[in-house]
Amino acid sequence: MPGLPLSWRGNEGEVMWSLTNISSAIHDWLNQTFNPTWVMVIEMVIAGIAVIGLFAVLGLVLVLMERRVAAWMQIRLGPNRVGPFGLMQSLADTLKLLVKEGMTPDGADKFLFNLAPFIAMMVAMLLMAPIAFAKGFQLWDMNIGVLYVTAISSIMVISILMAGWASNNKYSLMGAMRSGAQIVSYELSAGLSILTIVVLTGSLNITDIINAQADGWWIFKGHIPVIISFVIFIIAVTAETNRAPFDLAEAESELTAGFHTEYSGMKFALFFLAEYINVFIVCAIGATLFLGGWMPFHIGNWEAFNHVMDYIPSSVWFFGKTFFLIFVIMWFRWTFPRLRIDQLLTLEWKYLLPISMFNLLLVTALAILGWHF
Amino acid sequence: MFEEIGTTTEGDLIINVGPQHPATHGVLHLVITLNGETIKKVEPHLGYIHRSIEKMCESLTYRQFIYVTSRMDYLSAHINNHACALTVEKGMQIEVPERAQVIRVIMDELTRIASHELWWGAMAMDIGAFTPFFHAFREREKINEIMEETCGARLTMNYYVPGGLMAELHPDFQKKVKEFIVLFKRKIDEYDELVTGNIIFINRMKGVGILSKEDAISYGCSGPAARGSGVNCDIRKLYPYAVYDKVQFDEILETGCDSLARYMIRIREMKQSIRIIEQLIDNIPEGDFQAKTKAVLKLPKGEFYTRVETARGELGVYIMSEGATTPYRIKFRSPGFSNLSALDHMARGSKLGDLVAMMGTLDLVIPDIDR
Amino acid sequence: MFIVKYIKEVFGGLKSLLVGMRRTGYYFTHHKEIITEQYPDNRDTLVMADRFKGEVILLHDENNEHACTGCTACELACPNATIKIVTKFDITPEGKKKKAIDKFVYHLELCTMCNLCIVACPTDAIKMAQTFEHSVFNRADLTKILNKPDSKIREGIE
Repeated sequence: MPGLPLSWRGNEGEVMWSLTNISSAIHDWLNQTFNPTWVMVIEMVIAGIAVIGLFAVLGLVLVLMERRVAAWMQIRLGPNRVGPFGLMQSLADTLKLLVKEGMTPDGADKFLFNLAPFIAMMVAMLLMAPIAFAKGFQLWDMNIGVLYVTAISSIMVISILMAGWASNNKYSLMGAMRSGAQIVSYELSAGLSILTIVVLTGSLNITDIINAQADGWWIFKGHIPVIISFVIFIIAVTAETNRAPFDLAEAESELTAGFHTEYSGMKFALFFLAEYINVFIVCAIGATLFLGGWMPFHIGNWEAFNHVMDYIPSSVWFFGKTFFLIFVIMWFRWTFPRLRIDQLLTLEWKYLLPISMFNLLLVTALAILGWHF
Repeated sequence: MFEEIGTTTEGDLIINVGPQHPATHGVLHLVITLNGETIKKVEPHLGYIHRSIEKMCESLTYRQFIYVTSRMDYLSAHINNHACALTVEKGMQIEVPERAQVIRVIMDELTRIASHELWWGAMAMDIGAFTPFFHAFREREKINEIMEETCGARLTMNYYVPGGLMAELHPDFQKKVKEFIVLFKRKIDEYDELVTGNIIFINRMKGVGILSKEDAISYGCSGPAARGSGVNCDIRKLYPYAVYDKVQFDEILETGCDSLARYMIRIREMKQSIRIIEQLIDNIPEGDFQAKTKAVLKLPKGEFYTRVETARGELGVYIMSEGATTPYRIKFRSPGFSNLSALDHMARGSKLGDLVAMMGTLDLVIPDIDR
Repeated sequence: MFIVKYIKEVFGGLKSLLVGMRRTGYYFTHHKEIITEQYPDNRDTLVMADRFKGEVILLHDENNEHACTGCTACELACPNATIKIVTKFDITPEGKKKKAIDKFVYHLELCTMCNLCIVACPTDAIKMAQTFEHSVFNRADLTKILNKPDSKIREGIE
């Protein structure tokens, strides 16, 4: 049942600042004023606006962040002309893309061509639903949260295939086909490494997974197997989001721009935005599963230290972890060369998949024997 | 017009890579026949940047035509000019002062390093790593500054004239070059960390673009492209010009025959170039920088040919003279053209991504191929 | 052993990747290594090399006199017909006719900065200037007349 946060099952009276009170106050007030149907509609509208707002902000921030990270690694300065420290740069870029003509090539399948960027955006939006941004701030706390994320994120490939096929361009088609093979393969090891956490927690529910990490994040509690699955997860999601070194779908030195060669203006911007939102989401999932989501960093019995950590708002913890993972993925992009398509599949089927299957076995043994902390 | 060199069956994908394409580094046009991702045939189409440099040179005097050759292989402008100056000197039997010869060799080797730096960055960019490009340009910039101080330009210097050099060295030249050597020796290890040792990079390069020794000879490849297949073809060793016979350096040979071998050749050549410069920089003899020449140069009737080793391979300059102030016919044997002709042979059966890597290792400069 | 080789391969590969990441990470944190020149901002401090070949100028001294005799050596040396010298005959005080330049026409749009004219000049009248911002809106602006109005040849230069 979609709606504003309804369920946070943690114990009350903790020092941590929470958004639960605000959201339940809004919910109560709406319930008093309108009938239940309207309450749901209004709550959905609020959620939709919040997601769109978050999208816009994230897009602007992440694009700027990527350009800065790239520039500093390449001993450059990066954008520093528009606004203070170049902070307005991505706004200026958005404005440029908005006023550009969105052309549809002759001979393209016009319906699919125009539909593809919206599917990319829709997938990104749907993925926002189960993510817990802060303590008690979650759009939809469903009991199959992890499964939902894995299922929805595979739909992304449809928009890429659609874009590549409808463009009536050989480069686009090749990019789309590569992307299809790539995402289908890497879904497996991403799924398997997520499964390790599900095995340890015994639940598919995101809130349960986060609460299970109250006494320590899985990456610390789960010994080496969880670290291995974390590494595999990061590699697999880098491939799933078509980021370098797995950016074969775009591969600008081979395929000019791959599946979005023919796109321009705002339609291109939607693909561009969807890529960054996807990076954010997979990093958020990674942070939730392995790094404890919004859970603060606690060390065993250090009461004073743990209390100080508790005073940092949960949203800061969540975004801090997520942005750290995003930084790592950007770091990959600006360091490594690109793989070839057959090497990409070799890496998945000969290395990542066997390792993660073996690893899952190990984690299962670990969970059954109760060897984790 | 273009001979069919492979069979195209129905269902094959024909892709035009270029004339505008990020991987061709210029206006090269490759018509590629693909079966899925696998290359069946590569047909290079030339002519997009033909400026008829050879014909232009026929209307220029022997002093004037040298500057045009900077625009052929613009990355080894000095070396091109050197070849032309050598040919005219051969025809006029001008004795070039020792000082000028030593400076020419230092300049040539600096140019070679600058060219290989740019190749390294562009090569890494071809296979998808962006950062090396900027790191390579950091060092290349230092060479450009040295060139700018002495020659007055950064790319098309026109510093060599028949009989020697156009001007004296800049007073800071030796100091700047020594600083550069120190910097470069420190930074070249970073190149290995960033690209050469990288597992992804090695997997991309190893065993792709095989060009056997026999094929390299029969296609007329030269320079690093041929030395990667184990062909002894360094003109500096085989037919030494200027003072190359007086300096110690190794001809780099690799026997891998693949893209990685061609890559390693250039990386190791940069170190050899540094070695040559180190030997010469403190031993520039005193004397004139230019021989006394007549005001109007007239080559005697006959044919003259010289060959030098540019950063890309063997550059031959052929001048046919009728005894006038301008050449009757000039022909350049450019390394890039022959190296490009081997591309189809190398690329067949490999993946599209490898084609880009192979073009990177051939180090194609399009204005050199298509004068 | 197959398994040992496999594990070695995996760890060797991971190590080579981490070495590369350490290098980029170093530059990410060391901003002193940044080499960007912020061009239009550093215009005041930008020093061009003193031999930089920007454009050809005819040197004039404080008396508005130059050293060009109109011998056309530069015009002949130029490979692209960049320089065109229009001569006239001045009447000297002794009543003799003397060759002098009327216009020293320089086509910047044709010039390749090859320096051959400077080398050819017997009186060192022309030289390369270090200016490099040559953009104009009208192509005709690039055709320059290098001798200043009413300038004369300096005494004693033949």
